[in-house]
Amino acid sequence: MSKFNKVFAAFAAGACAIAMSTSAASARDEIRIVGSSTVFPFSTTVAERFGKETDFPTPVIESTGTGGGLKLFCAGIGEEHPDITNASARIKQSQVDDCASNGIKDIVEVKIGYDGIVIANSRESDLLEVTLQDVWLALAKDVPTGTDGETQPNPYMMWSDIRPELPAKKIEVLGPPPTSGTRAAFAEIAMEGGCKTFDWIKDLKSSDGGAYKSLCRTIREDGAYVEAGENDNLIVQKLQASPDAFGVFGFSFLDQNSDALQGALVGGVAPEFEQIASGDYPVSRSLFFYVKKDHVGVIPGIEEYLAAFANDDAWGDEGYLTDKGLIPMGAEERSAVAKTVADLAPLSM
Amino acid sequence: MTNPFSTEAAGLQGRHNAETIFKLSGLTAIVCAIGFLVFMVGSIAWTGSGALRESHVQLSIDLGPEKVDPSNVEAASYQTIVRDALKERFPEVTNRRDRRKLYGLLSPDAALELEQYVLDNPSVVGGVADIWLLASDDLDIYLKGDVKTELDESRRKFSDLEIGLADSLVQEGQTRRQFNTRFFTNGDSREPELAGILSSLIGSFFSLLVCFVISFPMGVCAAIYLEEFAKKNRVSEFIEVNINNLAAVPSIVFGLLGLAIFLNFFGLPRSSPLVGGMVLALMTLPTIIIASRAALRAVPPSIREAALGIGASKIQTTFHHVAPLALPGMLTGAIVGMARALGETAPLLMIGMVAFIADVPKGILDSATALPVQIFLWADAPQRAFEEKTSAAIIVLLLFLVLMNLLAVLLRRKFERRF
Repeated sequence: MSKFNKVFAAFAAGACAIAMSTSAASARDEIRIVGSSTVFPFSTTVAERFGKETDFPTPVIESTGTGGGLKLFCAGIGEEHPDITNASARIKQSQVDDCASNGIKDIVEVKIGYDGIVIANSRESDLLEVTLQDVWLALAKDVPTGTDGETQPNPYMMWSDIRPELPAKKIEVLGPPPTSGTRAAFAEIAMEGGCKTFDWIKDLKSSDGGAYKSLCRTIREDGAYVEAGENDNLIVQKLQASPDAFGVFGFSFLDQNSDALQGALVGGVAPEFEQIASGDYPVSRSLFFYVKKDHVGVIPGIEEYLAAFANDDAWGDEGYLTDKGLIPMGAEERSAVAKTVADLAPLSM
Repeated sequence: MTNPFSTEAAGLQGRHNAETIFKLSGLTAIVCAIGFLVFMVGSIAWTGSGALRESHVQLSIDLGPEKVDPSNVEAASYQTIVRDALKERFPEVTNRRDRRKLYGLLSPDAALELEQYVLDNPSVVGGVADIWLLASDDLDIYLKGDVKTELDESRRKFSDLEIGLADSLVQEGQTRRQFNTRFFTNGDSREPELAGILSSLIGSFFSLLVCFVISFPMGVCAAIYLEEFAKKNRVSEFIEVNINNLAAVPSIVFGLLGLAIFLNFFGLPRSSPLVGGMVLALMTLPTIIIASRAALRAVPPSIREAALGIGASKIQTTFHHVAPLALPGMLTGAIVGMARALGETAPLLMIGMVAFIADVPKGILDSATALPVQIFLWADAPQRAFEEKTSAAIIVLLLFLVLMNLLAVLLRRKFERRF
């Protein structure tokens, strides 16, 4: 019957239309960026302005987490692979080697600024005042027994078990999973920072680096630390629902939710813009992105995008990225990085 | 003394009671379900309705010859013009920090908007004009009354200074709210007041187009072959069991398959609706095959026998008589499958369609997102103003789902024949 044939004729026409649009498209002309969810708000802001102010298409940005981003980035050279990856922790030697084994020799490192990692809770609860040592003792898998050289599985269930001055509340901390750059930086700066306040552990670093690292950076798995996924907004909502819990996330989320959340004082310093920028707040980390040099000149607009980023209008003290929560570098550091960007100087570890 | 009928009466009473209790619990279940649904849709609609209105601020803007060169209008710095107008409106704000807050009352796009306005209305050049400019998300939230002013200043993002400025604008009648068309005509943006759903809507449309063009003919042909031509043996039974199982496979698995085959093996472009549609087609195929087979089975054997009886071949019987009668049922199955595909994000995550994409895709090879992905991305954004955008996008998605299901019902009503 003709009705049935008509339907199939319509499909043939549709398939032809699709085939034609397929042949019309050619090589990729937009920049592709992957990587950290912490850097995502900053790079998308720059990308959007870049798309509006230039004739290049707006770069496409995926939020994959620092680890996931570097994996995609290091997969190879060619238009099917991303040009830039955002990272909220510095690239590791193993990742550089991974890149090199796939033919990616020249990577340009661009540091864009700082971010504080905050330990926050609901404003309905009391403000927490901790030291890095408290943080480590609360969250480490194994803690010292008191005798040098001996450790035990973490026995602390309440904050007050660690130090009587801390609140008598159950330790419940929501934080990012191991693939997250926030987690890596938290383990490296906050956990390790608290860990090495014990002299014998500090000595362990030179005698047995591996044991030192695993002791200091391993987070407990008995339920006190809850992996809440890469979605920082989810952590914010959960904190509002349960006032006794604490959350670990980037400063920008605290900044945007300052009416509902408060950041714990770490070592007596509050997580505020000025304190993080000056380096007084102990848990701050650098944010980066990495550029595949082989793609510069092949994919249009990469150099212009870099110039738009490394510009005082964007990352400067008064730049529009500070409105999004980025903590800028000092003027000297900025000009040094801007020079690296202009020269496309490759990364050296 | 016991009445011989009383025990039986009690038994009857007991059975009546059981019936009443069952009816009541059934009714309660329905009332609960409807209540939850109304609560969910209601709360989303309540939050989302805010996104359909946007705030504007009126400023008297000096477009005199020293600001804008009448012979070369495009060369003027509209950013500076807008900022000067703000400074003139509030001369009391002098401190650098406070000035930044003042500038923050307007959207970063206000300058672009002004430029467009001046290009469209060249007559305003040379004088002072009162022009409405788009407010920033923070001011918009305040004007909608969603800032808790009773809180201490340190505990909210919108400072006392900004509240003072905003109140002064309101008193002078220099703010207004109007319908937000931008939400339907813009792509994604990091500025909540500029963000819109167009690019994701078009992305969803392209993906579904590809999905339909691939899965419908393939699903229908597979169903016709399996139902009308294939011999009933071990192999066809094995295939049937597998198709039924595939319909229950979690969608993320199809995403992984798409990543491995379409992207890594065939090298198709990442984030494109082509790949998205192909993955969704894999996902909807089992649904379409099952629905199509059911529709074919519902065609009475007498139709086939009559056709064969007057000398039609097997092919003629199937394509001239059986398939057209089953078509409405097949289309219904396809539309229901499409509606499910429209709401999917998990498989798209694996093939790079969960991304910040501001430009509206022009074809099936351009990078694109889909509507549910846009909802996911906005829900993840730190700015408060994205909350209402998220809800509004959910409303649009629900609207499309309802429309598609309605279409399926209508098709069935109009074309279905009962035997």
